[in-house]
Amino acid sequence: MEILNAIKTFKPEVETEVNVWFKAAHVTAFPENGGACVKYKDMQVAVFNFTRRNEWFACQNLCPHKMQMVLSRGMVGSVEGEPKVACPFHKKTFSLKTGECLNAEECSIAVFPVKIEDGYVHIGFTK
Amino acid sequence: MKRIVIVGNGMVGYKLCEKLRSRSAEVEIIVYGEEPRPAYDRVHLSSYFSGSTADDLLMAPASWYVENNITLHTGELVIDIDREKKTIKTHMGRHDHYDHLVLATGSSAFVPTIDGVERDGVFVYRTIEDLNDIIAYSKKVKRGAVMGGGLLGLEAAKALIDLGLETHVVEFAPRLMPRQIDDAASEVLAHKLSQLGITIHLGKNTKSIDGNGKLEGLSFADGSKLDIEMLVISAGIRPRDELAKATLLNVHPRGGILVDQHLRTNDENIFAIGESAVFNNMVYGLVAPGYEMADIVARQITGDNAKTFNGFDMSTKLKLIGVDVGSFGDPFCDNTPSIPIVFKNKHKGVYKRINISEDGKLLLGGILIGDASQYNILHQMVANKMPLPENPETLIIGNGSAKGGDEGAGVKGLPDTAQICSCENITKGELVHQITECGITSVDGLKKSTKACTGCGGCTPLVNDLLKITLESMGHKVKKVLCEHFDFSRQELYDLIKVKGIKSYDALLDMHGKGDGCEICKPAVASLMASIWNDLILEQDTIQDSNDRFLANIQRGGTYSVVPRIAGGEITPQKLSAIGRIAEKYNLYTKITGGQRIDMFGARMDQLPDIWEELVAEGFESGHAYGKSLRTIKSCVGSTWCRYGVQDSVSFAVLIEERYKGLRAPHKLKGAVSGCIRECAEAQSKDFGIIATDKGWNLYVCGNGGARPQHAKLLVTDVDSETCIKYIDRFLMYYIRTADPLTRTATWLNKLDGGLEYLYDVVVNDSLGIGEMLEKEMEGLIATYHCEWKKVVEDPALRAKFRHFVNSDDADENIEYVDMRGQKCPVDWNKK
Ligand code: SRM
Ligand SMILES: Cc1cc2nc3c(=O)[nH]c(=O)nc-3n(C[C@H](O)[C@H](O)[C@H](O)COP(=O)(O)OP(=O)(O)OC[C@H]3O[C@@H](n4cnc5c(N)ncnc54)[C@H](O)[C@@H]3O)c2cc1C
Ligand code: SF4
Ligand code: FES
Repeated sequence: MEILNAIKTFKPEVETEVNVWFKAAHVTAFPENGGACVKYKDMQVAVFNFTRRNEWFACQNLCPHKMQMVLSRGMVGSVEGEPKVACPFHKKTFSLKTGECLNAEECSIAVFPVKIEDGYVHIGFTK
Repeated sequence: MKRIVIVGNGMVGYKLCEKLRSRSAEVEIIVYGEEPRPAYDRVHLSSYFSGSTADDLLMAPASWYVENNITLHTGELVIDIDREKKTIKTHMGRHDHYDHLVLATGSSAFVPTIDGVERDGVFVYRTIEDLNDIIAYSKKVKRGAVMGGGLLGLEAAKALIDLGLETHVVEFAPRLMPRQIDDAASEVLAHKLSQLGITIHLGKNTKSIDGNGKLEGLSFADGSKLDIEMLVISAGIRPRDELAKATLLNVHPRGGILVDQHLRTNDENIFAIGESAVFNNMVYGLVAPGYEMADIVARQITGDNAKTFNGFDMSTKLKLIGVDVGSFGDPFCDNTPSIPIVFKNKHKGVYKRINISEDGKLLLGGILIGDASQYNILHQMVANKMPLPENPETLIIGNGSAKGGDEGAGVKGLPDTAQICSCENITKGELVHQITECGITSVDGLKKSTKACTGCGGCTPLVNDLLKITLESMGHKVKKVLCEHFDFSRQELYDLIKVKGIKSYDALLDMHGKGDGCEICKPAVASLMASIWNDLILEQDTIQDSNDRFLANIQRGGTYSVVPRIAGGEITPQKLSAIGRIAEKYNLYTKITGGQRIDMFGARMDQLPDIWEELVAEGFESGHAYGKSLRTIKSCVGSTWCRYGVQDSVSFAVLIEERYKGLRAPHKLKGAVSGCIRECAEAQSKDFGIIATDKGWNLYVCGNGGARPQHAKLLVTDVDSETCIKYIDRFLMYYIRTADPLTRTATWLNKLDGGLEYLYDVVVNDSLGIGEMLEKEMEGLIATYHCEWKKVVEDPALRAKFRHFVNSDDADENIEYVDMRGQKCPVDWNKK
């Protein structure tokens, strides 16, 4: 468990604005190298357990292309080292680090910091 | 700082912003556009009917103008210019000063003065608002017509077809597209269009648009009438010169703002570009010349006067309704002595004409209908005055193949100055430079660095060829690799996995790949492992394509469809009732599919295991509609009931479907069995099709429906059931081993060296000596078949993977439905 306690995705500019660390679920609830959906207030958040990179990522569940609530069911991967998720509908891909759309002119998606403490996944929100 | 005011934010006005900004950060740019949104891609307007949203069509989002320090006023019409004071005035009363003014006001649809044009139900086809009006009105009516059989008119006709209307085209001239093609070409095109359900009326002079308030029909000068309920007028364009006229700029008697080679009007501070400008008595109604004009004006304003506008080539290639149409150079040569060479096959809908100079040395122009695959290269030959081959007819007749090979050779012969992308004016030299000097190795890379292919997209095949030959000439082996993570082809990976006994994606990536994988290699490897080991695919659920991961097809809105297997299309009344009961219980939309089975739509992800639990209890199995795997074996009723049937096609179809169910392949597989030569099961359109004869079965292979239909080819005749199955085993297994990912059997055969004869040798003559091995491998796969849904239903850990939230039992409340003919259906993409 020791290693899980380290904060694996650290985004200074976002991190400083974090006011709430939401305890979402146990790490085992998330498939390896894949994602699952977390409910936070009225929001749907896609959380990815990128085992291969030993990193966790979180982003909005809504794909901006056709406004579909599905990114958590997307496939993770990388392009030239940049971690990304591909939407299951039309395979638009988004950087999991910056939220930027990598293969089209879609707008960026929101990404959130993730940390693992005591085996639980925590997601950082401003409010 | 110079203050540039641009009137009009259409495609050309936008391009001017882009070009100006990339040349100088030191000019102030202010844009006024009458339309409510920033410039959008009018050329692809019709894709609005096939799912593109208004946002998809934007040339750049509003934020782009902000980022580039361009002030954009949308929804604001410029109504006056004071040339003395150098100011403009808008309809909202705003005044603005300019140093240079650019009129990019485009054109409007020309509406002839015919009695009744003001009636409800009469539309034009130019803006997104027009399209919205057309869509709304079309819901109330059944029959529509387009007035005008030109380029835009035919596109509008396609839109009416897409809207589900009975569609007519009314043209004044005696032929279609009178400005681009000749009579014979028009005849072939009209024949093709009528097959698509469009009724063409030529030589019709519309006298009045009749009706009582709303539109009811058209009356023609020859006394005939046509009953229709809506009309789209596409009778040409009228340049918008009203503003220019009001301030006494020179305009053409037939409309349009007069400009010189520098695109200046008679006021040296005012330019006009795009469809509103007239140069040399000509309005250029295409984007490419408009972009060229924008480039020249951007140069003038930033102090480079060298480049001038000298007219523009009006060659066009149309993306029409599945019929290729191309017209290049001088298509008619009415006033130039020339020798036309014509190839015509009305039955196939193909017409090709090239005009050769009298001395036989040069290509002057031509027309292509039905097959425009040579358009790019022929167009380039005209534009670059390239020498003709010895027998010029080979250019259009060739050796019967329209394959890339010839094109590749053609690209090689082009001079460096040849313009490859006419929308963005990119030459061969520039592209080659990007590849050889800047290290670009993909079409995507070229798109980013040069913007080639980003306009109409017509040059993409040429850019592809150019990339390939340039890389090859640099000594790069252009190898078909899967993606950036694996330097292997699918066939090489097949061997690696099999020989080394690799069972997981991660292990394969560790041993033979790099990086973290992606949405291309993961499903491809998943499919390979399924074809080789046939393990339960959910053991590696996150490398499966989304549909495979959740064992169901994702639908608009994020729900899934449920398709149980109904082998051969045969089902008992009990099972039919069970489907009805379950669909009713979970409120699912039901439909008979094109594959002779029943699809239940609208299940939430979290409901899937419960629904399948009930289906499995009723004796159903997964239909694998989600996988690249065997779909259905369609059957006709055959000798058991049909008075013509010569064999029991249903029993054979059921047997075959049971045999290959769950089999995973590079792409989906479909089959059919017909009970006699009347072919009611459409076996000749399948990956493998079987037709009964008096003596046994005829086996056809490598057919395809879908986007590029292809008839299956006859492999063997009059074989018994056992032999038939043996050959199918070998054929399928050979395909699975050797095809590229996502390649259907038809495409695979088209690319297979030696073609059908070679395949016959492998499957029937066993020329490679692998027949028995292929059969064994197939036996292995059949023996390890399992119903994926049964496994899930029985395993609580697998069921848990279908929850929507990991931290809540709530269902996804984002899914919205509307009612349609008494069943539910998800809300439209656009309406959310
Ligand atoms: C449901 C169905 C339409 C219907 O309401 O009738 C259908 C629906 C879809 N078809 Fe189809 N096809 C259906 C019969 C067909 C047929 C007719 C047939 O099988 O006889 C064809 C032409 C025959 C052929 O494949 O050669 C057909 C040619 C395609 C193609 C084009 C394939 C090609 O090689 O060009 C695609 C696209 C693809 O697979 O890449 C496609 C893809 C699809 C997808 C999977 C698109 C997608 O990714 O969402 C649709 C999924 C619907 C779903 O979620 O269930 N569908 N599709 C039919 C299901 C049959 C079944 O019971 O399994
Ligand atoms: C359905 C369709 C399909 C087409 N297909 C093709 C094709 O395949 N290939 C091809 O090359 N071309 C095609 N075209 C033509 C192409 O779209 C035009 O050539 C191109 O859009 C011209 O650009 P523009 O900026 O000059 O004019 P426009 O795009 O018409 O833009 C002019 C803009 O200025 C605005 N405006 C006018 N007056 C004022 C004013 N006083 N104040 C403020 N704003 C004003 C207008 O509202 C408009 O938004 C097609 C056109 C249509 C309609
Ligand atoms: S069901 Fe097939 S033809 Fe119909 S929209 Fe979907 S993919 Fe296209
Ligand atoms: S909805 Fe996500 S890519 Fe289209």
